[in-house]
Amino acid sequence: MSATAKELFRFRNRLTLAEVTGRKAFNINELLEGIKQADDEVIYYHTHRFIKQFHHLVPEGANDFAYWVTNTVQADRLGEELTAIDIVRYNSLADIRAAFTATIERNLAANPGPARTVAPGREFHFMRAVRFSLPTSCAASDYASFLECLREVNSSSLYLHVFEARLRPPYGVDDFSHWFRQEFGDEEVGREISRLDPYSYTLEGLRKRIIRIIEKRLGETSNA
Amino acid sequence: MPKIDEYAPAAGASAIEELKIIASRLQGKSILNVNSTAVGGGVAEILNRMLPMMTELGIRPRWELIKGGEDFYAVTKKFHNAIHGTRQELTPADFQLYRDTLKMNMDTMDLGADLALIHDPQPAGLIDRKPAGAKWVWRCHIDMSNRQDDVWNFLKGYVSRYDAAVISAPAFSQELPVKQFQVPPSIDPLADKNKELSEEEVSAIMRRLEIPLDKPLITQVSRFDRLKDPLGVIAAFKLIQPYVTARLLLVGGSADDDPEGAEVLAEARAAAEGNPDILVLCLAPTSNVEINAIQRASAIILQKSLKEGFGLTVSEALWKGKPVIAGAVGGIPLQITHKYSGILTRTIEGTAYWMKRLLHEPAYAKRLGENGREHVRENFLLTRHLRDYLLIALYLESGRRDFIHL
Repeated sequence: MSATAKELFRFRNRLTLAEVTGRKAFNINELLEGIKQADDEVIYYHTHRFIKQFHHLVPEGANDFAYWVTNTVQADRLGEELTAIDIVRYNSLADIRAAFTATIERNLAANPGPARTVAPGREFHFMRAVRFSLPTSCAASDYASFLECLREVNSSSLYLHVFEARLRPPYGVDDFSHWFRQEFGDEEVGREISRLDPYSYTLEGLRKRIIRIIEKRLGETSNA
Repeated sequence: MPKIDEYAPAAGASAIEELKIIASRLQGKSILNVNSTAVGGGVAEILNRMLPMMTELGIRPRWELIKGGEDFYAVTKKFHNAIHGTRQELTPADFQLYRDTLKMNMDTMDLGADLALIHDPQPAGLIDRKPAGAKWVWRCHIDMSNRQDDVWNFLKGYVSRYDAAVISAPAFSQELPVKQFQVPPSIDPLADKNKELSEEEVSAIMRRLEIPLDKPLITQVSRFDRLKDPLGVIAAFKLIQPYVTARLLLVGGSADDDPEGAEVLAEARAAAEGNPDILVLCLAPTSNVEINAIQRASAIILQKSLKEGFGLTVSEALWKGKPVIAGAVGGIPLQITHKYSGILTRTIEGTAYWMKRLLHEPAYAKRLGENGREHVRENFLLTRHLRDYLLIALYLESGRRDFIHL
């Protein structure tokens, strides 16, 4: 593991500004209509931002839609189905929107009847994200310096490289796996990182897990 | 004032690094703030701490105050109350006085800056004299969800001409033809009210205030106001007294200059009469370190508000790593995710239930407090607040793109 990468891994940060669209939903029908009309930045806000803002909490309620349906509308079954939508499986925000739309439509078709309307003050607010990508001072050229950076960067950076990376080419692949495969041909580390389910960990838990994978790999090669 | 790097232990080194990177793209830019007061009130408190940080980051902040006579402030006080949802009677003469006073301010105030943050309704009308090329943002700190139509329609005529508006919570938004951003308020982790205190310092302050610590302390810090429901807090505590060993502490201001406050204080004292485990304490408005120590000495902190603006006292309590039980009103649900970073309640009975539960399950209570502190670290510190303002400046400077690569 003494090899040096041709291309440095430059850690970046993702920051977002929250734009209030003014659109609200008081019941599930209105939520569905809002999701259908939402542009990519709205879908991004309610799926990806949620993970980051609540990353320190136990990884439950993986998106704003599921959280509102479960905790405010108290439609448990639909809430569970929306929670189970695995956004890292999708390669675009349009696909993620379609998954939410299809799930809600299926649920509404199976449960016709008047929708429960929540009281004023408990409505869902559709928001948009304005995204900023920032450089950090961390750059890695080998396994050791990657580990050092990984320990140092903040959760925004981890979030950007693990979650959001999957929405841009090469689609469906996180930046870390991609770099280890490309630069070192390390399929094993690449596979181990890419099969981590980000929803089973908080971001800090995910950080520790990736550190362990790389430390283990370093240990194996130094013992070989 | 603390230097920016002194915030690293509280906010994280990377948060400081982010601020420096963003600010490097705004070097030499001038940012004008206009509000109505230099001392007292949340806006002045934030600006007093934030502007030196901007200067240290290489930005040129300025701060102007709107000036007017007592009659002008009487009108803007009515504006404030009407926007906040308390019915006010305004006459055409009131609106004209506002226009005249704003005109006088425009003629004397230096409004030149690359970006202006105009805080709250009082200076909103300055938009009439916005310099060409400047970007102006109306920053509203008030909960507008129950605003009075005539006053809002008057202000909307001004606000609609800004480049953007900033509100503290999505529920405060109004229909506007300009972009609206959510920037929640923040606490300063290095201010007396929030800075770290040693156990010795906390003990010494508690001894001086004669607050015994032989039983777990459940505390509500807030002025004696019916909307903070001090009587509801006492009623909830009385419900659990047969089952727990604990002491309730209500801390607020002296209410000398507030007739309604004095009345509520008297009612709270009457409700606590003869109950040795309920303490009602009045402190001077400058007792920031004392409040800090009381919060740190408490086992549970309450904020049982019936109505609230943003309710930043919740973040102050969470920052001390304490489990907080709070009313699910105003901006409080943005600060507490129920059962993860605190407890949200709506009734006296619910508050009693959770007080008892957290006293009996200290490990869970500790976890809530830890989660709450991390949530505040990420979302409600002064450094994040400054970062959001700088991001808005960058957004407006860079042609309002949805994705900005630095």
